[in-house]
Amino acid sequence: MKISVTVNGVQHTSDVEPRTLLVHFVREQLGLTGTNVGCDTSSCGACSLHVDGEAVKSCTMLAVQADGSSVTTIEGMASADGTMHPMQKAFMENHGLQCGYCTPGMVMAATSLLKENPNPTEDDVRIGLEGNLCRCTGYHNIVKAVLACAGK
Amino acid sequence: MIPAAFDYVRASSADEAISLVSEHGSDAKFLAGGHSLLPLMKLRLAQPSVLIDIARVKDLSYVKDAGDHVAIGALTRHMDVEKSPVLAQHAPLLAHAASHVGDPQVRHRGTIGGSIAHADPASDLPATTLALGATYVVRGPKGQREIAAGDFYKGFLESALAADEMLVEIRVPKMNGAGWSFQKFNRRAQDWAIVGVAAWRRGSESGVGLVNMGQTPVLASSVSSALAGGASIVDASQRAVDDAAPTADNNASVEYRTHLAKVLVRRALEQASA
Repeated sequence: MKISVTVNGVQHTSDVEPRTLLVHFVREQLGLTGTNVGCDTSSCGACSLHVDGEAVKSCTMLAVQADGSSVTTIEGMASADGTMHPMQKAFMENHGLQCGYCTPGMVMAATSLLKENPNPTEDDVRIGLEGNLCRCTGYHNIVKAVLACAGK
Repeated sequence: MIPAAFDYVRASSADEAISLVSEHGSDAKFLAGGHSLLPLMKLRLAQPSVLIDIARVKDLSYVKDAGDHVAIGALTRHMDVEKSPVLAQHAPLLAHAASHVGDPQVRHRGTIGGSIAHADPASDLPATTLALGATYVVRGPKGQREIAAGDFYKGFLESALAADEMLVEIRVPKMNGAGWSFQKFNRRAQDWAIVGVAAWRRGSESGVGLVNMGQTPVLASSVSSALAGGASIVDASQRAVDDAAPTADNNASVEYRTHLAKVLVRRALEQASA
């Protein structure tokens, strides 16, 4: 089936099998491998990206469902000149990552969270990131990074 | 994991969706947010030959004040149920329960109608709407009919929906200031409830729904009868499993679920009565 999806500001028209998962579409057809597959069961959040500005788990969405949508992956977060998104910078400055596998999903979930709640408490951040697992268990600095990005 | 191959068609209205399902037969499934169906398809526990994508049916996403009840379009996403000012005012128990479904990413995609039509006893919204005495409006080739939540759940993942019918609206009676509580007991954030309780109380009237206490969501009518007959909360909560038939799984034995249900019903009623 032919779909047209705007990914990181660039429109892509592709032919996909209906059963193609969105995460496989961005990784394999578009070569955007920053979005990771973790659990593949919508538990871990490693595959989080934005569809029309909201974080979703791209392992549990078909590419055909994203037809006509605007998708942002971790590759689309920094500016064209390489300046990091404030959330990426906050993760770097607060050492919000250890092995880094969960990081793209964390950054995407965290930016979606701040969009919905620009002034979160620490509890709001912890609850808001409940759909993202860090198997290094580095949650403390991740929460610090998100609060720092929110200006706290 | 990639689902088995299927044909994909899109409906732009409820009527088109119903005519498509009539055309494709019982191997066709509706796809809304996909957060119950796609995981099953990835595990090959479901293998529909045709998916009818109804997510683009725009006029089924709403929350409206309809006098004595709140009308919720079946395609309203959990996040929109959670944040609805109309529900916050008239059925806060449902808005709160929706905020406990999965996690924010799941709530951005999953819909209340999808969750109810999936009829999973471990899901939060079937038991919550059951406790609230909701009515489900379904549409098929022969027109529209209403099914009381109490008559809807027929077995594990089985409902009174015919293969060619589609859930279009959920009608939730206004709570009119009733006290309420939602108790979800799980070991990890975002997990399904090992046992959950949705309860409301207004004087001698009450409704208690149990999550994951059997093959279907359970209305704990015995608890409400006991309360109406003047029993204390402690005594009424001892009736928590009278209407349930819990089973064992990796998370809990029958004995543990039974214990949890009694404790959580007591806590829920205490909170709802405070």
